[in-house]
Amino acid sequence: MSSIQTYTQATPEAGLKRALGMSRPDIIHEMNESGLKGRGGAGFPVGGKWNFAASAKSEKKYIICNADEGEPGTFKDRVVLQEHADLVFEGMTIAAKAVSAKEGIIFLRGEYTDLREHLEATLARRREQKLLGRDILGSGVDFDIRVFIGAGAYICGEETALIECLEGFRGEPRNRPPYPVNTGFNGHPSVVNNVETLASAACIMGKGADWWKTMGTAKSTGMKLFSISGDCAKPGVYEFDLGVTVADILKEVGGEGAKAVQVGGASGRCIPPSEFARSIAYEDIPTGGGSLIVFGQQRDMLDVLENFMDFFGDESCGQCTPCRVGNLKLLEGVKLLRAGKCSMSYLKELCALGETMQIASKCGLGQSSPNAFLSVVTHFRDEIMGRTFSQA
Amino acid sequence: MTDMTNPDTSRRVPASQQPMTVPAPGNPEAIGAAVSVNIDGLDVKVPLGTTILNAAKQAGIKIPTLCHHPDLCVAGVCRICSVEVEGQRTLQASCSFPVTTPIKVKTHTQKVRQARRHILDLMLSEHCGDCYTCGRNGNCELQTLAKEYGVDSFRFGHVEKPVHEIDRSSYSVVRDNNKCILCRRCVRTCLDLQEVGTIEVLGRSHQSHIGTFLDKPLGDVVCINCGQCINRCPTGALRANDQTDEVWAAIEDPKKHVVIQTAPSPRAAIGECFGMEPGTAMTFELNTALKMAGFDQVFDTNFSADLTILEEGTELLLRLKQALLLREPGAVFPQFTSCSPGWIKYLEHFYPEYIPNLSTAKSPQQMFGAVIKTYYAEKQGIDPKDIVTVALMPCSAKKFECNRPEMADSGHKDVDFGLTTRELAKMISEAGIDLPRLPKSDFDSPFGTPSGSGVIFGATGGVMEAALRTVIELVVGVKVEDLFEHADIKPVRGFEGVRYVELAIPQVGPVPDLLKPLFPSWDFLKGATLKVAIAHGTANAKKVMEDIKAGGQFSKCHFIEFMGCPGGCLGGGGQPIPTTPEIRQARAKAIYAEDSAYEIRKSHENPDVLKLYTEFLTEGPCGHKSHKLLHTDYTPRGKYIE
Repeated sequence: MSSIQTYTQATPEAGLKRALGMSRPDIIHEMNESGLKGRGGAGFPVGGKWNFAASAKSEKKYIICNADEGEPGTFKDRVVLQEHADLVFEGMTIAAKAVSAKEGIIFLRGEYTDLREHLEATLARRREQKLLGRDILGSGVDFDIRVFIGAGAYICGEETALIECLEGFRGEPRNRPPYPVNTGFNGHPSVVNNVETLASAACIMGKGADWWKTMGTAKSTGMKLFSISGDCAKPGVYEFDLGVTVADILKEVGGEGAKAVQVGGASGRCIPPSEFARSIAYEDIPTGGGSLIVFGQQRDMLDVLENFMDFFGDESCGQCTPCRVGNLKLLEGVKLLRAGKCSMSYLKELCALGETMQIASKCGLGQSSPNAFLSVVTHFRDEIMGRTFSQA
Repeated sequence: MTDMTNPDTSRRVPASQQPMTVPAPGNPEAIGAAVSVNIDGLDVKVPLGTTILNAAKQAGIKIPTLCHHPDLCVAGVCRICSVEVEGQRTLQASCSFPVTTPIKVKTHTQKVRQARRHILDLMLSEHCGDCYTCGRNGNCELQTLAKEYGVDSFRFGHVEKPVHEIDRSSYSVVRDNNKCILCRRCVRTCLDLQEVGTIEVLGRSHQSHIGTFLDKPLGDVVCINCGQCINRCPTGALRANDQTDEVWAAIEDPKKHVVIQTAPSPRAAIGECFGMEPGTAMTFELNTALKMAGFDQVFDTNFSADLTILEEGTELLLRLKQALLLREPGAVFPQFTSCSPGWIKYLEHFYPEYIPNLSTAKSPQQMFGAVIKTYYAEKQGIDPKDIVTVALMPCSAKKFECNRPEMADSGHKDVDFGLTTRELAKMISEAGIDLPRLPKSDFDSPFGTPSGSGVIFGATGGVMEAALRTVIELVVGVKVEDLFEHADIKPVRGFEGVRYVELAIPQVGPVPDLLKPLFPSWDFLKGATLKVAIAHGTANAKKVMEDIKAGGQFSKCHFIEFMGCPGGCLGGGGQPIPTTPEIRQARAKAIYAEDSAYEIRKSHENPDVLKLYTEFLTEGPCGHKSHKLLHTDYTPRGKYIE
């Protein structure tokens, strides 16, 4: 099913070998040149993140691989870990060399426990091959990686909540600033990168920033993995260059004629057919975690929305007011809409609340959870307002 | 005694790991790096890392807060203090955003006001209860904000029926989660400030709530009843167990002789409930008010505080005699004070192996109860079963203490009711008494002569100072005034969490008559150095206890004063709300001023106490009768519950 060409074609350990022979600033420079941005959703420049951690002064530093892939409709990291775990660990080791970290942790989603054995075996083999542990490939670099299993909370995909969880606390986001690159795991500078980000970083180090830039657009370089599901003929994990249009993707996966596409998972945006010509890139429709859920004509957009809001109603950590109560109010609003009991003025009030949640929530969860609500209300207003009591 | 705000606002840091001193605001140059911040057009220079909230405070700009508290580490969860920071996509919580570069902040734009109003509306949608029927009516931070932000309707609905059961299982603290807005101040108080960890956030999302271990009733879990959570709750979700109805009923009952003792800390704070500045002592106005309210007798807890000093001090001298003179191996040091019921329960739970270190002397509240129902009853010819003893205390743990089954040595329940400062203020208001305008009146005999040493029990270090005053005079044989100006033993005063003091005994005086049966001479103390320490708040107590366990400096001490609450009794869990470092400092000032004003400043000079030893406890301190009435034992509880 999977067809991650770029990863399959990468020469094993080419990136690591090259990085071990380079100076730290040169590695970071190469990452900056490539323009690679975080593939977990936030899209923070990878070179910049590594640079912050590299310049932070501390005896200990950590490279943390965020494998808490919890966004509904997102499953590409699972495939990467299953099929290209070496590439991910290679990327972590390159990052370790770049920021001089000695310890790495892969934070594995609680639901992915079945991957653990495979990952541990891969790590063990890499240690035997001198690709991990003391004096990696005779370079003098020491670095090792351990696996940490999460407990299944969506919020732990947020990097500071992930770190809280690693430290043994409730998985709840911290105040930022300071950022993990300065004050991360156990108070030490920590780089938290997504699975795909690290694998791509390894490829970039192998073939160079210029090769990477031949893919994608000027502002959104390289390829990106997409988890595609829903009402389409060929769901699965796909690789596309950034800048690809929604229509192109739908054609590829057999989802033409869709009523809507949810880009970026539950926390992403709902795109109507009128916008299918738009491209998926940081400068247009943000990729989020790279998930596309296709909704066919038969789908009720209120069903879709209730499902999403129900999810956030469960998965908010409960720490900050806008997210804890706001998501509940939006969910109740969807139920009112279904029952034909939501007035225009209350809907307006809920949209204003959604906008407050976007700017006043503590972390990305509450800041993005109203996206689906707001985009469905904008693009499918007639459909959702037309309910009568009898349809409830 | 500083704002505990840690510049690193990302992590929750327990009190014991927090830096204890933060440069005073207004003096940005004092620590070097300063940064300027523009707030609503005003330029302010602040130390690097100052939060926007504190910078705004310095500029005289008010930003609303709910989850923020000056005693607690930053949470940044309620988001009511959100402001716009130029260059930031989202609003920032001003309580947790440290200023590290010159930034521009706007605190009341349309976006900000709309967000705050939304946040309030969301809180109100989950906050069940009518303001009329709430004990915090008029003193509720949520209510105040609702007014300030013009809340005129429940935009997102309102819970009409309570969802959570009210937890009344504890003698001291009542928890009503229906009114909780999840600011988590109580959690940070319990976990980080006091380091007890009774309550935490349980559940996720809108199921999240403040709960105990396995959501068991508070009365069944490891809780020390200190009530510090109550003092920091912005709403009515936490309150002390109210017993005013029972006290009124006793007052109304013509067969009952109702006696109240008042402790120094409530007297220094109750004015706050009547709109007076913190630090205005109301001691003698309160005597008038209590009589007007119908109490038959009003006594001063100072009496039994002085009695405590003699009993506890004698116990210490006996331990020293055992160790230094008789060279018996069984003498246990350091001796720990036992006046604070929060501290007692803390030790019983967390350090039960140190119970032998606790002084067996009861707390002043309990000693007084036992004396009233024996000596006083006898003297007045009243059947002790008709006497109701009420204690006005700054403390919620006193409610638990007076209900301990062993506290009935008089043959009756020694103290019937422990009232908090807040409860008594309510009774006075109910009776239509205008406390601040009342004339002053004295305490009643036979326990009416106030002494300064008893008063300072209310402040951290006070018990130690009172004890030292007496030891210096009774043992060393010199006037305290000769060693410390105006008999103020300043080294033991202050608000640092842990203090250590040494007092050399270069010479000894004659043994006073009162102690002659126990000590033929003080020679065994000649040349000794008395090592004492003071800790307030259980987080600081924990530091000292861990040091003792590790055989550190404090294990070499002879005597350590422990108080369960930050600041000592004046910061107790029954005191007026709010509490801040400044308010506690003001109360301390009032307490030391009262001490200064008294003619009798030393416990062993209190004539009423001496009379008690001549007329009733004729075997002297730590004698047979004393032991029966004034001393107690403790329960090893451990950390594990059934």
